[in-house]
Order: sequence, then C-alpha cells, then structure tokens
Amino acid sequence: MSASITNSTTRYGWAAIFLHWLIALIFIGQFALGFVMVRLTSQRSAFELIQLHKSFGFLLLGLIILRIAWRIGNAAPALPRSVGPFERRTAPLAHLALYAFQLALPLSGWALVSVSMLEIPSMPFNLFVMPNLPLAESDAAESFWAAAHWYLAYAGIALVALHALAALRHHFWLKDTVLTRMITPSSDRDME
Amino acid sequence: MYARIFGFAALAACLAMPVSAAVALSDAAGSYTISPANSSIHFTIGNAGGGALDGAFARFKGTIRIDNRDVGRSQVNFTIFPESVGTGQSRIDAFLRSDAVFDAANSPEIQFRSTSVKRTGDTTALVTGRLTARGKTFPEKFTAELGGLKAGMIKFHVTGKVLRSRYGMDVGTPIYSNIVDFDMTLMGRRG
Repeated sequence: MSASITNSTTRYGWAAIFLHWLIALIFIGQFALGFVMVRLTSQRSAFELIQLHKSFGFLLLGLIILRIAWRIGNAAPALPRSVGPFERRTAPLAHLALYAFQLALPLSGWALVSVSMLEIPSMPFNLFVMPNLPLAESDAAESFWAAAHWYLAYAGIALVALHALAALRHHFWLKDTVLTRMITPSSDRDME
Repeated sequence: MYARIFGFAALAACLAMPVSAAVALSDAAGSYTISPANSSIHFTIGNAGGGALDGAFARFKGTIRIDNRDVGRSQVNFTIFPESVGTGQSRIDAFLRSDAVFDAANSPEIQFRSTSVKRTGDTTALVTGRLTARGKTFPEKFTAELGGLKAGMIKFHVTGKVLRSRYGMDVGTPIYSNIVDFDMTLMGRRG
C-alpha cells in the first residue's frame, strides 16, 4: 500500500492525512494548554506547563514545515466535481490562511520567548537548547509578541472551528467526500 | 553558608594572617555580629543556554564567634530572609518567593549553623554546617577567606555550592542548573 502514502489526483495519501490530524490534535491541545497555563495560581505548575507549551510549539513548527514541504512537493487532490465555483475559488484561500496561522502561531510564540526579559532558555522536551530568534529583548517587545500570540491563537482557533464546520457541512449536507478523504485514502472514493 | 563563612573567617583570623597584615588569633578572637549594610550574599544559577540567573538577598543576620584558643571551636550562625531575594526582575523575584521555590510565606528563614571549622591555609578555612531551608536540613560546606581585620571589623569572602533539589527547590531543572553558586562578602562587627 506504499502507493497510498502520497496524494493522488483524487485522494489524500496517508502522509498528508497523518500530518493533518496530528497537527490538529497538537494545535487544539496547545490552545487548551495555553488557556490554562496563564490562569494557574501555582507558579510552579505554570512554569512547567509553559515549558511544555513551548516544547509542543517547537514540535508543531517542525511538523508544519514538514507539512508545507510535503504539500509543495505533493500536489493536493482536486476538489470533488460537486464543489461549486465559489468554493472552488475560496477553498485555496481558506487553506492558505490555515497554513499561514499554523506558521505564524509557533513563530510568534518563539519570538515571545526570544524577546522576554525573563531570558528563560527554550529546551524542547528537555532534549536540547533551541536558540532564540535574533530579536532585541525588551518589556515592550514582550508585550507586543504576547498580544500577537494571543490574538493569533484566538483567530486561529476560530478559523479551525470554521474549517471543521465547513467539513461537517460537506459531509452531512452536501454529502460529498471532502471530509472522508481526509480520514482514509480509500480507493472507493476515487470515482466522483 | 554564611555561618560557615564566618566560622572560616574566625578560624583564619585565629590562625594568624600574614597575608592580611598578620592578624593574630588573639586579635581576631571574639564575637562578631554580621553587618548587612557592609555585606552581600550573591548567588548564581547557570542555565542550559549558557546564561545565568543572578540574584542576591538583601536581608540576613548572623554571628561569628572566633575561639581564641582553638579555631576549630569557632562558630558561625546565619539566617537569610528569602523574602528579600532580588534579581532585578520583579516577576522572577515573585516566582522565587512563591511556593515554587522558597515558599517565603511558610518558610521565612533559611538557617545555617556551623558544625566544624577547619583551617586550610594562612587565610582560608572550610566551614561545615547544617543548612535548613523549607524544613529540610542537609550538611553543606563553604570556603571562607579572611579579607581583613581592622577597627573591630572582620571581613570574609565566602563561596560554596548548594544543590537546590535537596531543599524542595528543584523547579526548572534541567533548564536551570541544580547547583546554586554562592558568593558572599561578610563583614562582622565586634560585639
């Protein structure tokens, strides 16, 4: 079944499907973790959860770069024939926005820890030291990137919610294969 | 630590200080009260990124007693108030004072009681004692070097390494080292 690892003209392969759901899971987990970690009264738990959030953020950034490289080298399947002209034009924009958020969110978090006057080194999963981005440290820069990261997180989760609702609409209302082809690369769906 | 340092200083003083103007034991012997205004207690914790967290305690107190016959019977007792920790970053200070590190509200004092003072050179001594922080007590060693004795004031430079994990302060390892490097200047006033 090695053929189904890559995308075909009509279906997503296992690699794209795996990256999609892994990133979705970590992204939603990161949102929840970020929400909780800034509301804890225990400074120790907050510190440890923030380091965990940073670890998953760097993992996410690596996975997203891999995913974008995969997408560039491995064209996405065409939309099912049932998809109308309006969605045919806007779908690539929606996907572009999703990719932009996936990149911007971890990068803004990396910028935030890089400019913080607290100078806490980043050590993903305690494995190695991730260098800071070459940005000047200041309280003003930290406030800026903290706000940017916060707004991007809420806008990103809203975009993910819209994306999920659109997928459910395709499945239950339009009854096409837009959702199911992101679940398995079954050849049953080759015929549209 | 402080206590050890003082003990060391006392010891060194007792054993005569050719380097620092030949302090005779008989001259150095006596009881001293640490003068916080002329003393400092700095600490450094290295981090994995090559930097370090530097801080100091602003409030502490202690006494040094240098035995005029046997330096080894000298005594150093020291108390640090962790509430007074300062790093230059208020968020880090608040973190250090919280129950993540010192839990200053419930453990307002860090104490050192020397158990032995051994002379290691003309002006140096090794001070061993019991350090208590957050309800946990372990033996620790500090190196003290006599810096001078004049006009009823005795000065010691004290250094030592403490493993913070033993005192329930392991938060942040391995990003931040488990080893806390202490560097203190302790000035004692006779009486």
